[in-house]
Amino acid sequence: MVTVTPTTAAPTAAPPTARRRPGGRPVLRLVILVAIVVVVLYPLIWMVGTSLKSQEEIVNNVGLLPERFTPGNYTAGWSNFDVSFGRFFLNSAMVSLLTVIGNGLSCLLAAYAFARLRFRLRGMWFAVMIGTLLLPQHVLIVPQYILFRTLGLVGGDWPYLPLLIPQFLATEAFFVFLMVQFMRGVPRELDEAARIDGAGPFGIFRHIILPLSRPALVTTAIFSFIWTWNDFFRQLVFLSQLEDYTVPVALTLFIDSTSQSAVGPMFAMSVLSLLPVFLFFVAFQRMLVEGINTSGIKG
Amino acid sequence: MALTTAPDPTRRGPGSDRAHAERRGPGRFRHSEGLAGYVFLSPWLIGLMGVTAIPMLLSLYLSFTNYDILTPFSEVEWVGLANYERMFTADPSYWHAVRVTLTFALIAVPLKLAAALGVALLLNRAWRGVGLFRGLFYLPSLLGGSVALAIVWVNMFNRDGAFNSLLSLFGITGKPWVNDPDWALETLMVLAIWQFGAPMVIFLAGLKQVPTELYEAASVDGAGRFRQFRNVTLPMLSPVIFFNLVLETINGFQGFTAAFVLSNGTGGPVDSTLMYTLNLYITGFTDLNMGYASAMAWVFLLAIAVITAIFFSTGRFWVHYSDGEDR
Repeated sequence: MVTVTPTTAAPTAAPPTARRRPGGRPVLRLVILVAIVVVVLYPLIWMVGTSLKSQEEIVNNVGLLPERFTPGNYTAGWSNFDVSFGRFFLNSAMVSLLTVIGNGLSCLLAAYAFARLRFRLRGMWFAVMIGTLLLPQHVLIVPQYILFRTLGLVGGDWPYLPLLIPQFLATEAFFVFLMVQFMRGVPRELDEAARIDGAGPFGIFRHIILPLSRPALVTTAIFSFIWTWNDFFRQLVFLSQLEDYTVPVALTLFIDSTSQSAVGPMFAMSVLSLLPVFLFFVAFQRMLVEGINTSGIKG
Repeated sequence: MALTTAPDPTRRGPGSDRAHAERRGPGRFRHSEGLAGYVFLSPWLIGLMGVTAIPMLLSLYLSFTNYDILTPFSEVEWVGLANYERMFTADPSYWHAVRVTLTFALIAVPLKLAAALGVALLLNRAWRGVGLFRGLFYLPSLLGGSVALAIVWVNMFNRDGAFNSLLSLFGITGKPWVNDPDWALETLMVLAIWQFGAPMVIFLAGLKQVPTELYEAASVDGAGRFRQFRNVTLPMLSPVIFFNLVLETINGFQGFTAAFVLSNGTGGPVDSTLMYTLNLYITGFTDLNMGYASAMAWVFLLAIAVITAIFFSTGRFWVHYSDGEDR
């Protein structure tokens, strides 16, 4: 125990005590961490393994990997319904990409107003925006459905409008907040310099804020894409025709057909549906983790 | 701050017409800036009104009616507090859903946060490989909310699933957990806990903010590892714990996708996974009882507001904010 004479003991004693803080010995810690990795990854590997098993192996071989790799589930699942999964993937991709554009544009505009411009009632509107941060979407779904249906937009020629209109109106307060936080870090001297050069609020937005906000825009784009790609609740409520279905809604069709023969194809399509998110994760892992750190948003 | 005082010296400067121009300059600018503020804010404002505020008011009105989507608005009947009365006195499945949701949140959220904090403490030391582990642990938080993963989860805890094959290694004969009313909700809790990565990342960021000197001082005072954790780590981390607790609780109340997939949208087996939001969905969109569903939505919103308020009022007693040092 280092209880006396801390001044003389400090230089030599400090490194060992610093290393021996909560966490235990390195080897033991590594073993525990690897065990957790196994628990975390097991369901994912089992999912991929099962998707490659033959019908017979799914019943008899509960192991992690198939004895013989059979890609047949992927072709079977792809055309399991009257509409091919290609269509569902296209629908999902379209909704997700348009959501990315909508969120990026509209949240950036709102964030610029909140972070940089002075106008009447700004403080009040900002408080309202923060208030909507924790507003559950389930609370609004019934009246939104009624409103969009009254406007003839539910099940119309292009049934995605109810999913997309809110995204073009900056209703994802998380992203507005994230961008406001980011813009507050952009030096105001740059605004001032542009102002002296004769730029107004629009010019400052165009030439200073927009180019410098790229990191925040990228974070917003990645999270918008992943959240929309994974979203189920709104898409379930607003999409009713098979050919309009997105991937998550289409996947639930497999659950209806409870027969064992659908398990392989169902797993195959589940794997494919997670692939884009997984690729995003691999490509932007660091950014995703930093993103939650700086803004506190959840995956 | 310095920028707002900048025009002052020029205003007092020589040359009257130049001073005049300068005086007009900022004034005109401020006016146009106010206008520009509202121009830039307009998409958000339209969204606030059209997608949030008006639907909320509509929902409040509908909660006092017997509206179903099929009858036209002109024939909607005002039923007063009947929906609320039914909810609180005459609808056992409503209270069942409340109980399911509270059980889920009360068990899954603390365990998820404990797992997140525990793993964050393990990862907190800076050494090679920490980024890899952090990324791998975060992956379930990205995938776990999806329909695809819920499907995998249900099959994993089914009769022939991976979980039972794991149990059989120890000579235990499992059962179809997801079809058992006593266990179905538990499998969903495990799915929630499996996604501990997101709060873990936030804990890790919080741990980095704890000054090393505090640990040194504590160990100089003879505090062991456990007392260091209790007297240094926990108080210093309490704002982050609070943040995670509020967020995860609110998220926990809103669990929908996995319960929908497990029960094929029914809340079964025997209503054991009838989460609040699933019950709301069934009431509004399967039974088309939209007036009643609106009343449920408002009670849900008020409940979340009250619980958040309780968190914040009790937070004063255990959340420790060091004076502007962190966050």
